[in-house]
Amino acid sequence: MSWSNLFSTSIGKKLIMSLTGIFLVIFLVVHCYVNANVLFTNGEENFNRAAHFMGTNLLIRVTEIGLFAGFILHIIQGYKLEWLNRSKRASRYAVTAGNKTSKWYSRSMALLGSLILIFLIVHLAHFWVPSRITGLEEVTYDGKPYHNLYLEMQHVFAQPWAVALYLLGCFSLSWHLLHGIQSAAQTMGWTSKNYFPIIRSVGQAFSIVVPLIFALMPVFMHFGWEIDLGSITLLF
Amino acid sequence: MQHYTMNLNLKVWRQKSGTSTGGFETYSVSNISSEMSFLEMIDVLNERLIKEGGDPIAFDHDCREGICGMCSMVIDGRPHGPWKGTTTCQLHMRAFKDGDTITIEPFRANAFPVIKDLMVSRSAFDRIIQAGGYVSVNTGNAVDGNAIPIEKEKADDAFAAAACIGCGACVAACKNASAMLFLSAKVSHLALLPQGEPERKQRVVSMVAQMDKEGFGSCTNTYACEAECPKEISVLNIARLNREYLNASLSGS
Amino acid sequence: MHMLDSMIPAGPLEEKWTRYKGTVKLVNPANKRKLEVIVIGTGLAGSSAAASLGEMGYKVKAFCFQDTPRRAHSIAAQGGINAAKNYQNDGDSVYRLFYDTIKGGDYRAREANVYRLAEVSTHIIDQCVAQGVPFAREYGGLLSNRSFGGTQVQRTFYAAGQTGQQLLIGAYQALERQVALGTVEMFSRHEMVELVIIDGKARGVIVRDLVTGELERHFGHAVLLCSGGYGNVFYLSTNAMGSNVTAAWRAHRNGAYFANPCFTQIHPTCIPVSGDHQSKLTLMSESLRNDGRIWVPKQQGDNRKPNQIPEEERDYYLERRYPAFGNLVPRDVASRAAKERCDAGYGVGSSRQAVYLDYAAAIQRYGKAEVSKHNLGNVSTEVITNLGKEVVKEKYGNLFAMYEKITGENPYEVPMRIYPAVHYTMGGLWVDYELKTTIDGLYALGEANFSDHGANRLGASALMQGLADGYFVIPYTLGNYLADEIRTTPISLDHPAFVEAEKKANDRIQRLMSIQGKQTVESFHKRLGKIIWDQCGMARSEEGLKKAIADVQALKKEFWSDVRIPGEVNAMNPELDKAGRVADFIELGELMCVDALNRNESCGGHFREEFQTSDGEALRDDEQYMYVSAWEYNESGWDLHKEELNYEKVKPSQRSYK
Repeated sequence: MSWSNLFSTSIGKKLIMSLTGIFLVIFLVVHCYVNANVLFTNGEENFNRAAHFMGTNLLIRVTEIGLFAGFILHIIQGYKLEWLNRSKRASRYAVTAGNKTSKWYSRSMALLGSLILIFLIVHLAHFWVPSRITGLEEVTYDGKPYHNLYLEMQHVFAQPWAVALYLLGCFSLSWHLLHGIQSAAQTMGWTSKNYFPIIRSVGQAFSIVVPLIFALMPVFMHFGWEIDLGSITLLF
Repeated sequence: MQHYTMNLNLKVWRQKSGTSTGGFETYSVSNISSEMSFLEMIDVLNERLIKEGGDPIAFDHDCREGICGMCSMVIDGRPHGPWKGTTTCQLHMRAFKDGDTITIEPFRANAFPVIKDLMVSRSAFDRIIQAGGYVSVNTGNAVDGNAIPIEKEKADDAFAAAACIGCGACVAACKNASAMLFLSAKVSHLALLPQGEPERKQRVVSMVAQMDKEGFGSCTNTYACEAECPKEISVLNIARLNREYLNASLSGS
Repeated sequence: MHMLDSMIPAGPLEEKWTRYKGTVKLVNPANKRKLEVIVIGTGLAGSSAAASLGEMGYKVKAFCFQDTPRRAHSIAAQGGINAAKNYQNDGDSVYRLFYDTIKGGDYRAREANVYRLAEVSTHIIDQCVAQGVPFAREYGGLLSNRSFGGTQVQRTFYAAGQTGQQLLIGAYQALERQVALGTVEMFSRHEMVELVIIDGKARGVIVRDLVTGELERHFGHAVLLCSGGYGNVFYLSTNAMGSNVTAAWRAHRNGAYFANPCFTQIHPTCIPVSGDHQSKLTLMSESLRNDGRIWVPKQQGDNRKPNQIPEEERDYYLERRYPAFGNLVPRDVASRAAKERCDAGYGVGSSRQAVYLDYAAAIQRYGKAEVSKHNLGNVSTEVITNLGKEVVKEKYGNLFAMYEKITGENPYEVPMRIYPAVHYTMGGLWVDYELKTTIDGLYALGEANFSDHGANRLGASALMQGLADGYFVIPYTLGNYLADEIRTTPISLDHPAFVEAEKKANDRIQRLMSIQGKQTVESFHKRLGKIIWDQCGMARSEEGLKKAIADVQALKKEFWSDVRIPGEVNAMNPELDKAGRVADFIELGELMCVDALNRNESCGGHFREEFQTSDGEALRDDEQYMYVSAWEYNESGWDLHKEELNYEKVKPSQRSYK
């Protein structure tokens, strides 16, 4: 077969989920790394500078288009697959095995994904829209103006409901990744007798650590906490 | 091992034919020995139903020693019942206790239409094999059995995959009614052996196409199939299938 | 009575098959496409025959009663398949496999067939390996062998404890390949209920679609019965629940002779019966006797737990009676020895109908070997035991797990309890050298025929025979018949013979359904099984057999007047399917007793209490009974025909495994 119809088969459809998923995981790493600045002393300046770089670098702006495409593909394909897969069993079981034979979150990827999607929409409205479209307050470092995204975060996370929503988003993300990472590896065919345990452990660690760091951000901002790293600077 | 007897309530799916609508009927059975097999317990109920002028419950079964793959049933939500690595015919009543209510349903999947009661058609599996689950070697064409040495580990892995009995529990267990464990077992079995090499790419591509045509779902890696497989076929075979499929597609003709 | 001609080719034994193949009539490829062959049953013999004939270009229709051809009961064979490869360099050869099989069969098998079987055995392994059958291998990548009962060489190829499964899947895949190519048309959930004969030749079958209940007519230039054995006549056996004699019996009722029906094999290592609810018995591979030691307590009715009985109070009766072969004596000998001990009051378990199969010694032996292999030095017994258990688990893990599932006992800790059970039937439709029955155009392959195992089959030979017949014999011998059929155009399904045969089948079904008595089919089957097991099982006597014949006749009457079959004719009706099968089993049961009564000698699986040596061994009578009994059916009973057995190569002697 030619590889033009590679993605139309049941395995191909999963490959799309897997590839876009892996791409989104890479995005998470970058996003997490940049935003982690807010957790530390001098977070405001460091973070605003980093955000400025991310917002103005041409390469990153181009990648951002890819990122949106990745999100949209992942979301649409995910829903399509869920709908397709559900249609394969017209007559449902009266009793199901539940958690005896599989993890609840592995069966609930669409639900978790939907929660993340709700979070994502709110999240974009909170930060992406003002920084790219409606505009933000500015701050000056070394004589140059920067968007004060940090201030925007402080505003948003002053509201307890926003903190709660973001925590829910992080929880959903964690469960989604807990299944998603090893599932992506399995779909890509990377798992084998030797690698499966490693992939699974690394995936699990990632799924807990990254969402945890994200979760700390609204909490820190809300309470005005910060970690003193002394002379170590995190970024830029 | 302490033997005991028990009384049970059975909620059994009854469906007259593939075209009629089915529903649950409740039966109580008494004095069931813990030493009986699950199917023998149903035999007891069926004997009673016949004597009472009723219609006995239709179910597939043949070897009753866990190897032919003909028996099916979902017992309390579990294909082949609660024991790990066990077919329904090898499940014994020790697994239950006095007073239990047991729900018995057919394997449910669009690709496995119900024929009657607990009996389903799994001919989709035959058609998947027809799409390429073989080595094209006519009788009489073979070289000496020892002409091609095969690494023991590979032979063992091929055997572990070939141990699939084609019962369909993987499909029944999967929330997507996916047949990937079944298909991956066959693709792995033949891809691991030098004899399967010449048709390796064509095989995986045609078998996947046939699987899709039959109406099975995609694999979302919940691994319920592995947990329910009576032969404990590993989901790593699914990774191998994905790999084989990707390789074949990217380098295909 | 007349003597049957088995059509054995002339010439020295070693050259018969080669010469036959060299001179047999052939069908050219263009004509093969016009010739239709019906194959009943898709076990090793049926699948391999259908696939091979399809490959050759014939138009094949294959039928099985299961939901897919891969379920056939060949799949349950565990231990292995013999082949005279001599890969172990231990003195094996075609001749030795031939000799072992003849001797194992207690000199009641046909020399020419057995020699051919041994000859083609090596090709089977090659063919299966080429199909991708994952046989066990050594670290060097070459095929591994194990030893088996009744032989002193290692010639058994295996795939863990699932050899039959792997071989059948190989044949099934070859079959499905032909289905995909369009040379074979497959009919699952179809059962043959009548044979169609036109001008003395088998020309088709009537089958029942088990899903719709409809009768169908199918034409074939030849019909191949690959429908397996009749062990389920005993009700409790290691056969699958659906295994039946119906196809063979319908052929028999239409004129095919049934040979040696009383030659049935009782397998020594099965899991004992646990109660009245039992629906079937489970075999534990004979390969377990390689390493396990069989014993009973020296004291009658000993109630102690097995592990509490000290070594010196155990009777390893096989090792005591048969020092040369020990626990590896042939199946009939091992089974009878177990029965003898149990009858004498030494049996174990709650039923007292069991003996121990003990792995404690093997675990220690393997454990010590591991210690020295890995240079572990001085280690505790516990370590040795654990290492030993690991080795045993690798070799027999699946069997041990199966035992534990069924009995709830852990065989690594407690000796297994085993007892003989019906496992295989050497008898079957009489066939000549070409596997043709006494009806022209009707062939019988695999366990359905009688030809290769004499009065007792050696372990790992059933798979060999099924595949030999299907892959390597029938493709040649069928051509010899079909070469003369190339002018026969397909006969219309409206031919009176088809109409008549369908009416016959339909009448029988209607008659069964109209009885509407009180007793279930299952209850009749159980009663039949008990009669046959008690009187025509491991030991038979004139008195018992006469009683059994009367009992079976009475049972038959009762069946046909009081059986209750629920459901409808034109719908799925498993009880009706079963009723037809049990009705045939009842008739066969009578014939088995008639045959056993006729054979006033003991040989192989047929042990007549009146004919034994002073130390309880089988006493053969070569003067009177060195023949195959082939029974012809008629309305009032059966006529006996004989096929004289001539041993040109092997000199029959008393079988000794001492």
